Amino acid sequence: MAEPASLKVSVWRGGEQGDFARYEVPARANQTVLDVVTHIQRELDPSLAYRFACRVGMCGSCAMTVNGRARWTCRTHVRKVVGADGELELRPLANLPVIRDLAADLTPFFDKWQRAQGRFQPKDATDGAVPEEFAVVPPASKARREADAGIECIGCAVCYASCDVVTWNPDYLGPAALNRAWTLVNDVRDAGHGERLDAVAGDAGCHSCHSTQSCTERCPKNLDPSSAIAGLKRRLFWDTLLGRR
Amino acid sequence: MDLRPRSHPTYLAFVVHRVSGLLLALFLPLHFWALGTAISGEARFDGFLRWTENPLVKAAETGLVVLLAAHLAGGLRVMVLEFLGWRKRQKDMVALSAGLALLVGLLFLLNVV
Amino acid sequence: MSTRGQTHLWMVQRVTAMILALAVLVHLVTIIGAVRGGLSAAEILGRTHGNGAWFAFYVVFALSAGLHGAIGLRNIAAETIGLRGRGADLAWLAIGLVTAGFGIRAAYGLFA
Repeated sequence: MAEPASLKVSVWRGGEQGDFARYEVPARANQTVLDVVTHIQRELDPSLAYRFACRVGMCGSCAMTVNGRARWTCRTHVRKVVGADGELELRPLANLPVIRDLAADLTPFFDKWQRAQGRFQPKDATDGAVPEEFAVVPPASKARREADAGIECIGCAVCYASCDVVTWNPDYLGPAALNRAWTLVNDVRDAGHGERLDAVAGDAGCHSCHSTQSCTERCPKNLDPSSAIAGLKRRLFWDTLLGRR
Repeated sequence: MDLRPRSHPTYLAFVVHRVSGLLLALFLPLHFWALGTAISGEARFDGFLRWTENPLVKAAETGLVVLLAAHLAGGLRVMVLEFLGWRKRQKDMVALSAGLALLVGLLFLLNVV
Repeated sequence: MSTRGQTHLWMVQRVTAMILALAVLVHLVTIIGAVRGGLSAAEILGRTHGNGAWFAFYVVFALSAGLHGAIGLRNIAAETIGLRGRGADLAWLAIGLVTAGFGIRAAYGLFA
């Protein structure tokens, strides 16, 4: 694609109520969307609010809506998303309160990790003490492979912003929290399965997922929250049917 | 509604599943009620069946058969994901279920006319 | 409704889906066979009249379809118009059972 000399960038300004402001940003080789936002804030309008930290796809803080889709902006090259006319549209993440401009409030997102019992509860030392022995977990075991498939989540909320079920039911825990719960359900060292499965069941939990798989489609780490949620449904089905819960 | 974040095969599969499910659920009571009322004697039942000879009714029936087959095939895709954990090749399965639904519709059409 | 109740609804939805997967397949094959050369009351009733196996099949089919449809409508109503709560859940259950009742009435007409 021929690269335009400059980018015409529409940026959301304001809170829940607001409007787009338009900026002209010089196009450069290997430019990321985060580079564009940083250019606007440093050179054109210092009042622009946005969030970033690591710039290398580890911290999960720079996600925004780019041309309608939630993306990590630090690892999104402009040439991959820009239109032929150099148009770029930037909004804060959907499904979350807007603090200002491109910064969304991730509090509900992380609250739901807590509600889904997304913390490790060691079997050997429930009081938080360090166990005396290392647990032996064969890396090739089925449970460990299931857990490994989901542990690289960086908490960027791209999946949460892409999920229609969250839009329709604000209580819904969302893909990231449920994915986290599934990794822990498959962790043989964890003692909190019972409570966790209760926490992720029902209309606000895994049973509302309709497998649109937008989470899996959009996850920048190529994780598969949709399959994790399917795993929780499967586990809850058999546990309930066989009276194990 | 912004279609840009939703334009991928499994989302389309969800839309087809939801719309077909909704229409089928609304059709179901009509179907049962009409059939139950029609079957009160062979002559009356035959009268009802003659009404289905109408080309418009046949077209509507073909639509219903496609909806039913699409809901069945799409539902099987969701259930193999949920119960068997087949996470790979979801997009191929979407295409396969769409093909299956159209094939069943075609079979019905070939036999009904 | 408790999350346990919601889990049970989901399980009913999936168990009826498994039954329906088979039943709809049989239904589609029967339809495509029956419409060949035109529908006639004598042909249909000849197959079903006094046949306990077909009657049992249609009773299970109607019950599964009624419940499956109602639970599906419940989810759609909750997500699109925000219709939630115990009253709505009981209403959907009733709608599902009444629909199934109509289906069983039709099946009995074919049998008797």
